[in-house]
Amino acid sequence: MAWRRLASNLLRGPVGEAMEPPPPQTVLALSQRLEAAARRRLGHGLGLLHVDAGSCNGCELELAALGNVVYDLERFGLRFVASPRHADVLLVTGPLARNMHEAIGRAFVATAEPKWVVALGDCAVDFGVFKGSYAIGESPVAFDLTVRGCPPAPAQILEGLLALLEANR
Amino acid sequence: MIAGSLIRSAALVPAHPWPRRRLPGELWATMAAALAGTPGLDLLAMWADESEVYALLLDPAVPEALVASVGVVGGAYASLSRARPVAAWFDRMIHDLWGHVADGGVDQRPWLDHGVWPMHRPMSGRAAAVSIPPQPPEFLPVDGQDIHQLALGPIRAGIIEAGHWRLQCDGETVLRAELRLGYTHKGTLGLLRGKSARAAARFAARLSGDATVAHAIAFARAAEAATQTPAPPRAAVLRAIMAELERLANHCGDVGAICEAAGAVAMAARLGLHREQVLRASAEAFGHRLMMDCVIPGGVVGDIAPGGAVAIGRALDGIDEDIDEIRRFDEPGGPLAGRLVGIGRIDAALAQGLAAGGPVGRASGRGHDCRLVPGYAPYDRFEVEPVLLRAGDVDARVRVRVGELAVAMGLVRRMLPGLPDGAVSVALPPGSGEGLGWAEAFRGDCWCWLRLESGLISSGFLADPSWRHLPAAEQAARDGEVGDFPLIERSINLSCSGIDL
Repeated sequence: MAWRRLASNLLRGPVGEAMEPPPPQTVLALSQRLEAAARRRLGHGLGLLHVDAGSCNGCELELAALGNVVYDLERFGLRFVASPRHADVLLVTGPLARNMHEAIGRAFVATAEPKWVVALGDCAVDFGVFKGSYAIGESPVAFDLTVRGCPPAPAQILEGLLALLEANR
Repeated sequence: MIAGSLIRSAALVPAHPWPRRRLPGELWATMAAALAGTPGLDLLAMWADESEVYALLLDPAVPEALVASVGVVGGAYASLSRARPVAAWFDRMIHDLWGHVADGGVDQRPWLDHGVWPMHRPMSGRAAAVSIPPQPPEFLPVDGQDIHQLALGPIRAGIIEAGHWRLQCDGETVLRAELRLGYTHKGTLGLLRGKSARAAARFAARLSGDATVAHAIAFARAAEAATQTPAPPRAAVLRAIMAELERLANHCGDVGAICEAAGAVAMAARLGLHREQVLRASAEAFGHRLMMDCVIPGGVVGDIAPGGAVAIGRALDGIDEDIDEIRRFDEPGGPLAGRLVGIGRIDAALAQGLAAGGPVGRASGRGHDCRLVPGYAPYDRFEVEPVLLRAGDVDARVRVRVGELAVAMGLVRRMLPGLPDGAVSVALPPGSGEGLGWAEAFRGDCWCWLRLESGLISSGFLADPSWRHLPAAEQAARDGEVGDFPLIERSINLSCSGIDL
């Protein structure tokens, strides 16, 4: 069976280009523009640190999808990092739960310049459906960019990262 | 069934589908003691309101769940934690949100309240001002020489929810693992109050995004029970199709994540692709990749799109092509041969005692599935073939998920062609009443209890199975190697948000 799989995979080409919707060309083009912008700006890839500030984990699912073979973020030097010290961008999800404020502040301080903070998803942008809760509060760090959606689809997240880099060029 | 009989002997409070039992304080305390001698009666959840504490119990041999409540006297109630260890975490949550004290509770440390909200006891109606600065968390100690601690989180390495694991280790061996949560607490229960079921459904849909469909179904069914207005048959089947798609996407994601953590990257990539295809098919059929807000009280928000069935069929065919290979993941010559065997063991007694649900329970010999017991439409017409293993290790949990892929695909394929005709939703009357709803998520049984007054929610609780898996996860990590911890954690896959509320 292995040879059959090997042969079919060789003939089939990259999976990322056979998918729809959204059109894979859009995803690919978006990713390549993003890569170029990241290189211009930073001279290297872009390190993304995910910070959960009270998310329902919906945004996490779509962030994780950026790593699948269809979006395959790492092709372009974009990668998720494990520490704020390795990060260029903090991707904040969730409605800014007060129980995370201290951790967000500390992560921001630990991130080297130049750095950006992205509010990812409706909750991080304006508390989403959780407006009015005692348990949430204004972000302790300012956002450079907001990406709406509940949750934003992977292609929208890519668009957002691109907008961030182009605006800062 | 001593504890069960004690509960059934108490006064009835009207509720649907079964009346609630309101126990006098002494009877509750007797029941709490009797639970120790009633191993078959599972404690699934506890919650409170201003004046009462509630417990949800189920004997899986009896298709009827029990909701018992006790009045809070002098700010206290008798804890169930001596007989049911999982009650300790519920006790701590009830204390932090309502201020009720669990008499005789085994753990009184703060849980959701980290001391940074504007008030203590936010749900109590007698919220107290915060007077002292936040205190550092207290972790259970480990005696011995040369013990070192690993602190993971709340900002974790990777795309993981906020939580703090404290591992106390002797060299490479984990002596004690403890999970501190509360970081994602967003005040969901408070936001439910005063809203119509229709308006509050989006909070149930965001209790745990990965189980958004299942929690939305449990919530909708609780509201439908409270108002005694069942959803139309077509809606019940559409909900089940969504729930099985959610199960497929998450099982692909979970098995893929374990493969990736264990180094089987090719298999992980294939499973990631299948997950993506199921999400895209879900978006085509129902308008949203995760199907968030697609289930509403009274039915579903819209019918399946014209091309939806074809898109779903394509996604399932893709999984079919790979299913044999996925099944062989752990066989000799497979990508993970033996790597997952014997690690992160949750034995049958632990799984039974905690009433572990979903693949965590079913990999440890506890076969409960709320699609079967108590059961709900349309699973009375579409048989669910349970996948049950006993080894209780990471390997067994992966195997159960792989087995359930085929079961879920079979269900979707049988449901799609036979969709009943008729409406996809009904309007719920703005009535009063108490209702219980449940739905089997990919993670296990989700429950929702609601009290409606003139159409508005006066009190409610959403119970994710993660409450019961958290103590299991702490135990499973114990005596294991630090290097196996990520595999163990992923194989249990707790929802922090589901617990944090």
